Amino acid sequence: MSSLDPVLMSRILTGLTLFVHIVLATIGVGIPIMLALAEWRGIRTGDNYYTLLARRWARGYVITVAVGVVTGTAIGLQLSLLWPTFMRVAGKAIALPLFLETFAFFVEAIFLGIYLYTWDRFKNKWTHLMLLIPVAIGASGSAFFITSMNAFMNQPQGFELVDGVFTNVNPFVAMFNPATPTKVSHVLASAYTTSAAALASIAAFSLLRGSKHIYFKKALKLTVVSTFVFAVATVMIGDFSGKFLAKYQPEKLAAAEWHFETMTEAPLIYGGFLDENNEIKYALEIPYALSILAGNSPSTEVIGLNEFPENERPPLSVHYFFDLKVTSGAVIVLIPLLYMFRKKLPGKKPYPKWLLLSILALGPLSMTAIWLGWFLAEIGRQPWILRGYMKVSDAATTSSSVGWMLLLFIVLYLVLSISAIRVLSQLFRNKSAEEEIRQLGLELEGGDRK
Amino acid sequence: MSYAMVAITVLWTFLFGYLLVASIDFGAGFFSFYSVLTGHENKIHNIIQRYLSPVWEVTNVFLIFFVVGLVGFFPDAAYYYGTALLVPGSLALVLLAIRGAYYAYHTYGTQIGNNIVHMGLYGATGLLIPAALSTILAISEGGIIYVDNGKVELHWYAFFTNPYTWSVILLALVSVLYISAMFLSYYAQRAGDEVAFGVVRGYALGWSGPTILASVFAFFQINHQNPVHFQNMLDIAWMFIASFICFVIAVYLVWKRTRLGIAFIMVMFQFAFAWYGYGRSHLPYILYDYIHIHESITNDAMAIALITAFILGFCVLVPSLILLMRLFLFDANYIRGKSAKKG
Repeated sequence: MSSLDPVLMSRILTGLTLFVHIVLATIGVGIPIMLALAEWRGIRTGDNYYTLLARRWARGYVITVAVGVVTGTAIGLQLSLLWPTFMRVAGKAIALPLFLETFAFFVEAIFLGIYLYTWDRFKNKWTHLMLLIPVAIGASGSAFFITSMNAFMNQPQGFELVDGVFTNVNPFVAMFNPATPTKVSHVLASAYTTSAAALASIAAFSLLRGSKHIYFKKALKLTVVSTFVFAVATVMIGDFSGKFLAKYQPEKLAAAEWHFETMTEAPLIYGGFLDENNEIKYALEIPYALSILAGNSPSTEVIGLNEFPENERPPLSVHYFFDLKVTSGAVIVLIPLLYMFRKKLPGKKPYPKWLLLSILALGPLSMTAIWLGWFLAEIGRQPWILRGYMKVSDAATTSSSVGWMLLLFIVLYLVLSISAIRVLSQLFRNKSAEEEIRQLGLELEGGDRK
Repeated sequence: MSYAMVAITVLWTFLFGYLLVASIDFGAGFFSFYSVLTGHENKIHNIIQRYLSPVWEVTNVFLIFFVVGLVGFFPDAAYYYGTALLVPGSLALVLLAIRGAYYAYHTYGTQIGNNIVHMGLYGATGLLIPAALSTILAISEGGIIYVDNGKVELHWYAFFTNPYTWSVILLALVSVLYISAMFLSYYAQRAGDEVAFGVVRGYALGWSGPTILASVFAFFQINHQNPVHFQNMLDIAWMFIASFICFVIAVYLVWKRTRLGIAFIMVMFQFAFAWYGYGRSHLPYILYDYIHIHESITNDAMAIALITAFILGFCVLVPSLILLMRLFLFDANYIRGKSAKKG
């Protein structure tokens, strides 16, 4: 194992940690918004079902946050353990958001702890809801800071490189680079979408198992409609991201689109294969679409991959990540739309099984879309770790033990994932919502109103 | 004060915060497990659980703060420590991960009663993590990390055969148990739980002797490892004497079962004097002979930005932490278990 290339092993280990962490981080960023929505509705309408909804979500949420702290600690240290040269050089320009992220997370952790333990402690119900404001700001703030660091890796600026050292640094220019706005908003919107979608899946699952209680129908409505709103926003921001790439990072867009020749009226390629001469086979070609994506008009010139030296081109496989991601995005908008028009659809049942099954798929599908988008963003940046300044191969540790550490963390993440899923499903099964409604006597309090 | 001095003082303070909060947590986890093993669980288990539940998440963040801040202010630290500590750092991460996850499962999951495996993992990691982390202090004295052909390496043989390494590990272990028992004595008395108080007071007094012996042992081992550092320590010997006086007062108060709040403050001062005395004499090196604070400090613009961020963050954090403590540490109803539970 010690003979394996430390660069490749470091990439795989970082990728593995983030593969696990991105699930928990996404949920961590999005769920506070959903908690706030449900609790707010509960207080506004006096409908205790919504309050119970927030309360039950929060119980599962805290477990994902706890495991997220663990994987977040791992990636926080692995940045220095696996990429010491990168941190030594780039840290001089981009340490600020990393530092701020810890503060943001600190605020989130403190107020989440308080939120969780004070459901019945305040006389005024709004006080408890207000605790979610710092939780949500902390969560979304963390996402902002970390994403701005990732944006910097794509669009480094705010320094001058003199003899291999970053000098004349402006940390704020580095943080607010051209990639930051689209990246941050895309990450936030997709995290909100995925969290709403995951909760929608849970509600659909309960209904599929035969629960008929109005509680689940209310949960379904709140989560599916939220998914729709957030998903539409994500798609729109995704379109801005395309325009950003065309202007600032054309090689990433070109690789994702298999676009080799610079031209106007560029078509968009969907699916297909490349033969040995890089000729595209069996692809669906939509005329003008790439030019429109890049600049809103067919006459927009889109820069092709041939403009870049071969050793600075991203792998062409990112095309599939892009296509799959866009497709899942469309499906994630479509399913909630079908739900919202379900009464106009043929068939008599208000909750047909196929619709519930589709909603059940929403959560896993959104998570997959997040993974695909992340693959596209990171693999599409290759071979650079700092675009134009430092290649991945020059940034990794020289230690020969990375292979063993990879093995160690594979075992760790397997154990953590399996145990987390077990604990969460136990939580779900242990005390059903119906049982809890009966225990709390909510049925009598008029929670049954439509 | 130069930016480098401000930076290292801030970072050292974070690490001190971690030392206190984490020691309470690590020790409490161990005592909790020990009480289940010996069948004393009904006596002290509840009081420990009530304290730990809302506070544990905050602990890890102190450590992350230190690491991220260290790398931010002194990017060379990422290079030397990052490269050399890949294996020990990863092992410590695995321990932290196991501890964090299983604690959450135990507390927030639905299992009723004590899962002995969860408790065991929690108790064991409570000792292994401080042992692992403390070795970095031993490494920082120099002679263990070296550069060979431009590659940073860790000298494993020198690391394990060095009595100083072991003296630091020993000191870390007994300090964790001592700090934790001292805090729990105060907490149990506040909760009015006489039975629990009796048990943890016994732990506190029992671990006080080993703590001071281990401190003296480690103190003189530094002379072998790094005579320059030891000489610096002797120059500010008053700090270590002050530390000892605080220790005597703290133990006396717990012995007399009175003013336990002051007793714990004295414990904090005991460790503060020793900690800052050790840190001050360690300067100007972060890693002896390789990382020098004035040479490795990041550029001025980043240093100013980080310090500003720190001050602003501090203004948000301190009130939040006070709120957390008022709700859970100093609210008599909560401590006694009268107010509502989680979820």
